[in-house]
Amino acid sequence: MRDFVNQKAKLLQPSGIRKFFDIVRETEGAISLGVGEPDFVTPWKVRAAAITSLQRGYTQYTGNRGIPALLELISRYLSERFALDYDPKHILITVGGSEAIDLALRACVERGEEVLIPDPAYVSYSPLVTLADGVPVQVECREEDNFVLKPEYLERAITEKTKAIILTYPNNPTGAIMTKEELEKIAAVIVKHDLLVITDEIYAELTYGKKHVSIAGLPDMKERTIYISGFSKAFAMTGWRMGYVCAPAAIDEAMFKIHQYGIMCAPITSQYAAIEALKDGFSDDFATVEDMRDSYDKRRKFVLHSLAEIGLQCFEPQGAFYAFPSVKASGLSGEAFAESLLKEEKVAVVPGSAFGSFGGDNVRLSYATSMQSLSKAFDKMGAFLSKRK
Amino acid sequence: MTALEKNILDILTEDARITPKKIAAMLSVDENEVKTRIARMEKTGVIVKYTAIVNDEAADESVVEALIEVKVTPKKKEGFDGIAKQIAAFPEVKSVYLMSGAYDLAVLIEDRSLQQVARFVSERISTFDGVISTATHFLLKKYKIEGTVTEREDADNRILVQA
Ligand SMILES: Cc1ncc(COP(=O)(O)O)c(C=O)c1O
Repeated sequence: MRDFVNQKAKLLQPSGIRKFFDIVRETEGAISLGVGEPDFVTPWKVRAAAITSLQRGYTQYTGNRGIPALLELISRYLSERFALDYDPKHILITVGGSEAIDLALRACVERGEEVLIPDPAYVSYSPLVTLADGVPVQVECREEDNFVLKPEYLERAITEKTKAIILTYPNNPTGAIMTKEELEKIAAVIVKHDLLVITDEIYAELTYGKKHVSIAGLPDMKERTIYISGFSKAFAMTGWRMGYVCAPAAIDEAMFKIHQYGIMCAPITSQYAAIEALKDGFSDDFATVEDMRDSYDKRRKFVLHSLAEIGLQCFEPQGAFYAFPSVKASGLSGEAFAESLLKEEKVAVVPGSAFGSFGGDNVRLSYATSMQSLSKAFDKMGAFLSKRK
Repeated sequence: MTALEKNILDILTEDARITPKKIAAMLSVDENEVKTRIARMEKTGVIVKYTAIVNDEAADESVVEALIEVKVTPKKKEGFDGIAKQIAAFPEVKSVYLMSGAYDLAVLIEDRSLQQVARFVSERISTFDGVISTATHFLLKKYKIEGTVTEREDADNRILVQA
């Protein structure tokens, strides 16, 4: 019999993190700081709106682009919250930000073209670039630079094959953000080399201190930017699979076709839930989102304080809900640290190596976890580290 | 109340057993500052008491609770205060509230049995001078106590996926 499996799919790196998670699942009573999603349940109003839509019999396909009312609301939301100007005509509702990333790459990348990925990075980018026949190229972001992408590193990574760059600020896994000034420097390089930007701003609502700035809002950037966001993180709606993507007309048209043939439309129930999330947000200045953000912020501060106390150095995350401490002080690599910590103390963190080539000395821990669990986890990590001193 | 005190209260009402040290870390302030503020709020009566929220059903504890609506003729000078305070003095009484609407005082009481509650109402409350009538409602099931849903819908059922 022939080998039916496509070579690209076959050669995709099975993720190292999967194997690790299998062990976590089998470890009874493990405290997990590994989960990359909010610990809040979707607010009741939003759930109720979805239930109501079902009771009214809204169980059909929607238009390929999404429900017009939702497109309008997203357009208003992006304008009021992030000063971005997107016509509902060029917004596309996707099955999570995940689908949007895939669409952007498939719509724009030609065989052999290089896509720059600031590293450490969210795990999906590199495999999706490969699946789109592109070549992922890691660009190092260093802890001493606050994990911000530096123009000189970017410049050095660009070749004549470079087509696009993926930006993720606030960042998973580092929690880094980029200021307007920092983004402007990057934008200059991008324009100079005529690159496309795919900006994944799924954590835009979750910044602590500085307000989020989108690269899509800088001069001359909108026409070369694909803007990706969604409801998963800010509205605690991961399971609903609600994302969206905004792009210049020609790119939008290409993504629309792929979405139309590959997906048809995002689930209608989730779209009604998203409509309520935004309507409710507009009614009280996004108080629910702000409350969740404040709660993450308290835990963020607790985590930073506790890391310092047990002697692990950590860059102060400014966004998302992750801390990315270096575990060098333990004498272990990120991977060895995560493995031993799980074995000895039953605390799960994710080794930095899961996020690319440059986070090997770090681990990611999510503070979207109850204070009780965080407290216990740090007691155990403290014990773990004192054994190694 | 200052913003810091409000923040401290938010954390304490979520978990009264959390240490000042942890609160300090969460709010990026000094531990002694937290201790001082808590002490002040205890002294001024902002913080009344630290207690546990018990789900009697899960604890298999057989207690009977009732909400008693009490209609009262207010007294000259003291209004409702005098009688409300007298009712509040009974240990069986968990809460007493002055209400707007069809009745005046809402009295939450807890006792060991239906009979005990009935006796309390007829022998204690009804006999007060000024009480016009009472209506007793027994609590059957608690779905949410002090802002916390008893049958937890929000247990952590997240699984590890690659996110
Ligand atoms: C940076 C980043 N982008 C995208 C996603 C995918 O989110 P969604 O649930 O919208 O597909 C995640 C999820 O963890 C993420 O961290």
